[in-house]
Amino acid sequence: MSSEGASVAVRDLSFSYASAERRVEAIQEITFSIERGDIYTIIGPSASGKSTLLYILAGLLPFASGEALINGERPQPGRRATSLILQNYGLLPWKTVWQNVVLGMEIRRLPSPEIRARGEKILNEMGIAGAAKRYPAELSGGQQQRVAIARSLATEPDLLLMDEPFSSLDAYSRESMQEFLQEIQRKRGLTVIMVTHGIEEAAFLGRKIIVFAGHPGSVYRIFDNPLVGSAEYRKNDSFFHLCTELRGAMEWNQTTGKIL
Amino acid sequence: MKKNIFRQIVSIAALFAAWQFLAILVANPALPTPGNAFMVFFREIPAGLWNHFLISGWRVLASILLSLLAGVPLGLWLGREEKYDRFFAPMLYLIYPIPKIVFLPLVMVLFGLGNFSKIFLITLVVFFQILVTTRDAARNVSQAMILSVVSLGAKRRDLYRHVIWPAIIPDIFTALRIGSGTAIAVLFFAESIASSEGLGYYLMDAWSRYAYPEMFAGIIAMGVLGYALYLAIDILDRKICYWKRL
Repeated sequence: MSSEGASVAVRDLSFSYASAERRVEAIQEITFSIERGDIYTIIGPSASGKSTLLYILAGLLPFASGEALINGERPQPGRRATSLILQNYGLLPWKTVWQNVVLGMEIRRLPSPEIRARGEKILNEMGIAGAAKRYPAELSGGQQQRVAIARSLATEPDLLLMDEPFSSLDAYSRESMQEFLQEIQRKRGLTVIMVTHGIEEAAFLGRKIIVFAGHPGSVYRIFDNPLVGSAEYRKNDSFFHLCTELRGAMEWNQTTGKIL
Repeated sequence: MKKNIFRQIVSIAALFAAWQFLAILVANPALPTPGNAFMVFFREIPAGLWNHFLISGWRVLASILLSLLAGVPLGLWLGREEKYDRFFAPMLYLIYPIPKIVFLPLVMVLFGLGNFSKIFLITLVVFFQILVTTRDAARNVSQAMILSVVSLGAKRRDLYRHVIWPAIIPDIFTALRIGSGTAIAVLFFAESIASSEGLGYYLMDAWSRYAYPEMFAGIIAMGVLGYALYLAIDILDRKICYWKRL
């Protein structure tokens, strides 16, 4: 297991999607940095390049302008210690929970005894050991997301990139998954960057919250959230206060017409 | 399962009832009653019909297998490699709609009158159906699934093995269902010209002798062949794509 999370530094990062017909600027001069083992949330209007930023950090989109560094190195596709979790979980419906969870380890050609040991451990940790032989379609949304997280954690990442991972869950499952994620993040010292549409989710999870403005996506403001993770934080006045501030920032976004 | 078998029996019984009704209504020797046709069918099985059935069955099966072997890898490749697809797609769209049976004379000149020319013609038709379906299915594999597996460190080979290949299998079964119907139709055509064996020949021979009950025995045999193919495809589909029905 990684003893500590990764550090992330992004400086003046810009990216455009280019097709034969046209060129669309997705993000423009993004700058921020994250300490090891920290958790950041990103909110912003639709099509403001939030997912693009995650894909760049996951090494899936090569960038030309600016800099993005993970532990001082440029992101590589399939960097062993980066994991990406998507909104619709990205689970393979033809594989059982077990086969999904060990997939990353199999791809990395780990020895079978190690795959078995790690797989069993992670299933227990995620509370889904009883579902090992079932298929994703037989699970609830919350359980499917646990499987997706288990699959990512099985490869022992130091950086977890999450793209609206809980958005299709009902309110109750969403809150319990947020607490679950917080617990895992703390226990493992992971660095987490989560893109979300939920203001409460951003405020509950992020030690810093980056508000994006669109379009093209740029950093509008970064909010500090020093009390994150404190007991009963959801009921705390400063949580409500932060949510109001974030809502204000989002509304600013709406009124400045910087939205597609 | 029992319910399913019962439903199939009721469906087939309804078909025979309609046939019986139509035969009585038409009252013409060209349309024998199902009772009469089946009597001849069972009489003809040991008298040569079984051999014709086996020959036709082997030709159809061989054609379907060859079409799969050629169509699936090529479809996968074109579906995932856009630059090659851009080159081959116009060719494909030009050839795909041509009724391949027009090539029968050419096929006969090139490959003779034996098994191979018939198998070749059926393969030519079914191959394109499988190729186009596989290509479109490979192209439409969920990007989210691909990205999340790439982020786990998957190389191209892993992607094909764990994501793209399993994702297109249900579509291949759909193509097979459509293809097996077409295969039998083309088989009939291929066997009805310059042929001395197979169900197509048996049918045309009976027709030329005005032996209508025998002709219908041949039609029943073709129906049975098609039904057996569908059943086999269904069983394989249920076994392999178990996850689809959850």
